[in-house]
Amino acid sequence: MSKSKKPKGKPVLMQGNIAVALGALDAGMRFYAGYPITPSTEIAEILSEELPKCGGKFIQMEDEISSMACILGASIAGMKAMTATSGPGFSLIQENLGYGMIAEIPCVIVDVQRGGPSTGLPTRPAQGDIMQARWGTHGDHPVIALYPNSVLECYELTIRAFNLTEKYRTPVIILLDEVLAHMRESVMLPQKDKLKIIRRIKPNVPPEWYKHYKYNPKYISPLANFGEGYRFHITGLAHDENGFPTQVPWEVEAMMNRLLKKITDNLDDIIQIEPFKMEDAEIAIFAAGVVARSAKEAVIIARKQGIKLGLVRPLTIWPFPDVDVEMMLQNTKAVIIAEMNQGQLINEIKRVTKYGHHSKFIKLQKFNGLIITPDEILAKIAEVK
Amino acid sequence: MKTQIRISGSGGQGIILAGILLAEAGIIDGKKALQSQSYGPESRGGSSRADVIISDEIIYFPRAVKLDTLLCLTQEAADKFIDALKSAGTFIYDSSQISINPIDGEAIGIPFSELAIKKFKTTMVTNILSLAFTCRITNTVSLYALRKALRKRIKPKYVDINLKAVRLGVRLAEEYLSEGSLLTRE
Repeated sequence: MSKSKKPKGKPVLMQGNIAVALGALDAGMRFYAGYPITPSTEIAEILSEELPKCGGKFIQMEDEISSMACILGASIAGMKAMTATSGPGFSLIQENLGYGMIAEIPCVIVDVQRGGPSTGLPTRPAQGDIMQARWGTHGDHPVIALYPNSVLECYELTIRAFNLTEKYRTPVIILLDEVLAHMRESVMLPQKDKLKIIRRIKPNVPPEWYKHYKYNPKYISPLANFGEGYRFHITGLAHDENGFPTQVPWEVEAMMNRLLKKITDNLDDIIQIEPFKMEDAEIAIFAAGVVARSAKEAVIIARKQGIKLGLVRPLTIWPFPDVDVEMMLQNTKAVIIAEMNQGQLINEIKRVTKYGHHSKFIKLQKFNGLIITPDEILAKIAEVK
Repeated sequence: MKTQIRISGSGGQGIILAGILLAEAGIIDGKKALQSQSYGPESRGGSSRADVIISDEIIYFPRAVKLDTLLCLTQEAADKFIDALKSAGTFIYDSSQISINPIDGEAIGIPFSELAIKKFKTTMVTNILSLAFTCRITNTVSLYALRKALRKRIKPKYVDINLKAVRLGVRLAEEYLSEGSLLTRE
């Protein structure tokens, strides 16, 4: 027997929400503002305890409108900032989320989805906020939203969310399912010193030369901290390079384009998608989040019976992985789109596969507060013929 | 091997804590474990359940189906979940709370909450008492792991009373096992 004494981590039992909180802390998040709401409360709970210990700030605001405003302010002062909420709070966040997008302020918003609309089903899962994450705030805007499906991914994608938000200067949304947020599973977190942490680019010019939204071919301009001598103006109005309101058509167009292009020019970096046993799949399941776990089990069961079933699971749900999904589904004769809502992802699939694609679409939609089971997915295979 | 266990009762009974302890013990035993839960919007009085899956392989689907073991502490929970028990599964229930119809398989009724009041003057430990009993009867996790999990997850000032509850639970199980299951079978 070899006597290798590698410092191997032990698996621990961890909850999805706690993994998000730990991921945020390890990513360097030091400012949290929020209003507790089931099923996201544990995130606030643990951060209220842990943040003061590492010199961070935790503040419970009067509602989600102010929580969102609060993290935007903290971020512009140089902090990595986050808030977490659920459906009802996510609705309130939308206004200031748009502000964060046009003002290009990095921050992370966690939406632990529950049954809706309105107060809905506080303790039950649903995937009804997928389109709200995309189009919840008004006006044209690109969005980055990530969708984990295990406790380990809760940790990893939270770190990734901070890296993306800092890199692209745009708010990043993490969508979580209630089941995942509340469930605990054995997980082995990666070692802290092996993590890749990205920080926003700081200006390397003297304060008097600094332009907050200076044009640059990569569309991402350096961001100075408020209160460190760099004077700049932030507004929700369409603005020029200095951040002052403008109605000059070409300046407005340039601003709108940079918001879009900084995302669309970097899709390869932003998009993550996982195919599972798709190499020879005749039937594919498309599912995200916790439904993809049921789907994986369904794939394993079906393969034992000789059915060539596969799974396509987006980790980045917005921007939608158009090209990847189209390519992965190319040779399948049917696609089962399983989602815990009344049909949000299915239209995206139809949109991206419309050119010369002949898959049959089978919908599996459940919106009664219960999770889709592997058996329900397997039952859909009968519809393929 | 994959073992699926459901612990159920009402909100406030420590059902989810019992689930966490069981999953934690599974991990200490070197297995994969997953605990998921379902409860009503009310923090007390509503139904509450914790599903625990302990397996040698990766666990994907997070809910327990076709239960190997069902532990019920209230009548409501028993009525609701009895059908989820697989045939020849083990059904363990608090007989001071539940009157049960015979089922296909092993049904073990122990007056957990009555015993908890008698021995500890509180129903607070009913969850741990019944969990320890269940663990020993079904042999899902080792006693060592359960005790270790308990020390890890429970506030120090409550560890003692709960360790006593574990001891009582195990003793009850030993008695039950040695006297044969026919004795208490309903």
